[in-house]
Amino acid sequence: MHTEETSHVQVVPADKAKIKKIWMTAGILGLITALEFLIAFTVPHEMEMTRVSIFIAMTIVKAAYIVGEFMHLKYEVKVLFWSILIPMIFVVWMLTAFMYEGGAIFDARY
Amino acid sequence: MSATAHSIENTGKSIWDGGQSPLKASYGKLMMWFFLLSDAFTFSALLVTYGMIRFSHQAYSGTVDAFTFSQEYWPIPEKVFEAVPFLHGMSLPLVFVGIMTFILIMSSVTMVLAVEAGHRMDKKAVEKWMLWTIIGGLTFLGCQAWEWSHFIHGTGGGGANLSWNEYGPSDFAALFFFITGFHGTHVLSGVVLNFLIYYNTVTGVYERRGHYEMVEKVGLYWHFVDLVWVFVFTFFYLV
Repeated sequence: MHTEETSHVQVVPADKAKIKKIWMTAGILGLITALEFLIAFTVPHEMEMTRVSIFIAMTIVKAAYIVGEFMHLKYEVKVLFWSILIPMIFVVWMLTAFMYEGGAIFDARY
Repeated sequence: MSATAHSIENTGKSIWDGGQSPLKASYGKLMMWFFLLSDAFTFSALLVTYGMIRFSHQAYSGTVDAFTFSQEYWPIPEKVFEAVPFLHGMSLPLVFVGIMTFILIMSSVTMVLAVEAGHRMDKKAVEKWMLWTIIGGLTFLGCQAWEWSHFIHGTGGGGANLSWNEYGPSDFAALFFFITGFHGTHVLSGVVLNFLIYYNTVTGVYERRGHYEMVEKVGLYWHFVDLVWVFVFTFFYLV
C-alpha cells in the first residue's frame, strides 16, 4: 500500500553540499555561543563596556546567520530583503530613545 | 512563464503591474514574514523596556565575589541563574541557560533539515526531522518550566513573584516573567504548529498537494522563536 502511494512521487536525493552548509551554520552558531560563555567568565565585570559591546556584536552575527541562512532571507529577492530589514530602523530609534529616558529617570531618582 | 515574459516585452509594463509575483514568494510566506516583523517589534519593545528599567535602577558597584542579593541595586544575572537540575547546591552560573540555548539552536537546525527534505519531496525525512524539532521544542519548554519553578521558589530569601523578589528590585522578577514567559508562549505555539505540520506530513496531505511549503512557513516562525531567544539570552542573561 505504501509503495503504491509513493510510486508517483519522485524523491530527489539529498545534495551533500547543501546539508554540509546547514551543519556549518549550526557549528558557527554553537561556536559563537561557546565563545560568549568564555567571555562571560574571563573578561572581568570591571570592563563592562568591552563585555557589552562584544556580546552585542556576537548577537548580531548570530542573528544574521539565523535570518540569512536558516530563514533564507539572504537568498530572497532584494525588495523582500530590504522591506524586512529597513523597518528595523524603528527599533534602533526606540532603543536610543528609551535608553536615554532610563538615564533621565535614574538622574531624577538618585 | 513565457506568456508573462511576452506581455512585458509588448507593453513595457513593470513587474509591479500585476500578473506575477515581484517578490517571488507566495502569499502565505510573505504574510509570515510581515507577521514576524511585527512580532519582532513586540519583542524589541519588551527588551528595550528591560534596558530602560535597568538603566533607571542603581547598578551593583562592588566585586563579583562579594555580590549579595539586595533590593537596592540590579542583580548580576550570572549570580541569579546558577542552578542546574539534579546538581543541587552547586554554583554553576549560566550553565543551564546555556544548555537551553543549545537545545533551541539544534531544534532550529533540524527544522532547516525538514524544510530541505520537503524540497526534495522526501516524506520520510520530513517526518524524521519534524519529530526531532518537536522533541527539541518540548525539551526547551520543560527546561523553562524548571527554570521558572526554581526562580519562583528561590534559594531561601522568599523567591520571586510579581510583588516580591529576593534577587533584586521587584521589576527584575516582573520583567523575567514577562519576557521569558512571552517567549515561552511563542515556543509553545510553535510546538503546536510543528505538530500540526508533522501530522499533515504523516497523513500525506503535502505529498498529495505536491509541495511542502507549509513546512517552510512554519519553519520561518520556528527560526524566529530561536532568533528571539538569542537576543533574550544576551540581554537578560549575559549583559
